[in-house]
Amino acid sequence: MKLSRRTDSSRSTPPRLRDVQAAVAGAIMRPLAPRGRMQPASRATADRFIKPNDRLTSFERLEIYNRQYWFRLLDCFYDDYPGLRAVLGDRRFDRLARAYLARYPSVSFSLRNLGRRLEKFLREEPKWTVPHPVLALDMARLEWAHIVAFDEAAEPVIDVDDLLGRDPSKVRLALQPYLTLLDVSYPVDDLLLAAKKRDDGLRAEASNAVELSHKRAARLTFRRLKPQPLYIVVHRMNLSVYYKPLTREQFEVLRALQRGTTLEKACAKAARARPAAVQKWFQSWASFGWFCRR
Amino acid sequence: MPANPFNAFTDYGIGIGLRVPHYQHILSKKPVVDWFEIISENFMVDGGRPLHVLDQILEQYRVVQHGVSMYFGSADKLNREHLKRLKNLVKRTKTPWLSDHLCWGSVDGTYTHDLLPMPYTHEAARITAEKIRAVRDFVEVPIAVENVSSYAEFHVSEMTEWEFLTEVVEKADCGILLDVNNIYVSSMNHNFNPYDYVNNIPHHRVAQFHIAGHSKYRKYILDTHDHPVIDPVWKLYGHAIRLVGPTATLLEWDAHIPSFDEVHHEALKANRFLAEHATAAA
Repeated sequence: MKLSRRTDSSRSTPPRLRDVQAAVAGAIMRPLAPRGRMQPASRATADRFIKPNDRLTSFERLEIYNRQYWFRLLDCFYDDYPGLRAVLGDRRFDRLARAYLARYPSVSFSLRNLGRRLEKFLREEPKWTVPHPVLALDMARLEWAHIVAFDEAAEPVIDVDDLLGRDPSKVRLALQPYLTLLDVSYPVDDLLLAAKKRDDGLRAEASNAVELSHKRAARLTFRRLKPQPLYIVVHRMNLSVYYKPLTREQFEVLRALQRGTTLEKACAKAARARPAAVQKWFQSWASFGWFCRR
Repeated sequence: MPANPFNAFTDYGIGIGLRVPHYQHILSKKPVVDWFEIISENFMVDGGRPLHVLDQILEQYRVVQHGVSMYFGSADKLNREHLKRLKNLVKRTKTPWLSDHLCWGSVDGTYTHDLLPMPYTHEAARITAEKIRAVRDFVEVPIAVENVSSYAEFHVSEMTEWEFLTEVVEKADCGILLDVNNIYVSSMNHNFNPYDYVNNIPHHRVAQFHIAGHSKYRKYILDTHDHPVIDPVWKLYGHAIRLVGPTATLLEWDAHIPSFDEVHHEALKANRFLAEHATAAA
């Protein structure tokens, strides 16, 4: 009886804007049913809020938006993660994308940030990437690092000469915001380049067609791929994104600096390297413009 | 071209949307284009190639910013981070006016990335107008709101779309970015006369026009921006020009984008209607 009274009340008082939008957005963002249809569970919302016309029911009109929402976000995800798509194959990639976007819908005004929480999701739900959960996670991290390197800020650089005469136990250097340090278990840098090359090849094959047939994007073979621990820095130089391999010691030094350690303590991570070699590392990194003030 | 407070008394002519496939052509060939419209969100980043390209464009061309996710009509509060980034970009581009859509698209901080139609209620008009004023006060440039294409209508609506648009822009004291293709698309989807729409809005507030192509399906029309402008839309544009006067006009082409020259040629067809108006006025 209580439910009935509430329903009658809601019919007599126009719903507030916030309530209309919350209900309709809930239906629009609800995952699609098979064959790209809207789920029957959204029918009540459609009937309550959306007018039918002489050609479409309330359900069909709301369904247009439900489909647009998913197709837009899936397209964006597809473009942002060619490497992960190559690792999983299109069908499993599609399932992963839908699960991720259902769990972590966009909370940014920009689609650029759509994959920001993908690493977290893959750690929470590795079932979506079986039988390559580690490889898939590595690839997702590399592809997010690529996005960061593409358009993140570049701070004014510090030259190594600026540090001459300063006490290394007090100097703290920051790394550029666009720079990401990755320790991965597979050679995902090479794999990503291969995946992009494959996509470019398929586009060329498709002549002038703008849309690439997703079905034709065959999966690269990973069955025989063996783990190979790697240290990579993803950075930007002259507006292009690069993946630069590092030794473990170089990685440890840079990671220490990134975490705010003093220059002296960071260099202690390379205790086995010759001081002259470490000095050359720093000269090289400074020439890339990686250091900025903390 | 006539000017008004809502386009900062400028006299821009025919522009086209700045799109990635045309970057190389524009930067290398430097074609003569009156102005470019940029999607603000594509350049609200902190560095890298997008801003580098934008700065090169700004050296040679006039640019107007057009947003897609301010969501004036969302019941949500304005996103402060979005506003700050928008203002930084406004300083960079020196856009004379700023446009975004009369729509909603976010709820409780979750974004649909779509331009969802408003329920045409007085409450929604009030909330939307307050947000437009707040954004204008923050970014300190005139704002024009664009009518969207829509595929659904709400039971709770209390007025027509053009009455809602009028109520919002009067309350906010802002401009209109009149998209004649969107009017045409919505008129087909909702069975109204597009000329009623164009005839019954405050013409003195029109700061800019949009024209575009769309895709026709069996039961509805989708605003896809992937075709040339069809004749009925050109006619509607011509009618609007007669009522409003020659005003900054922009062609949108966002999918299956042809060559720069083809897009520019399509945009310049608007000259015919502007010339007709000039002849009639003389």
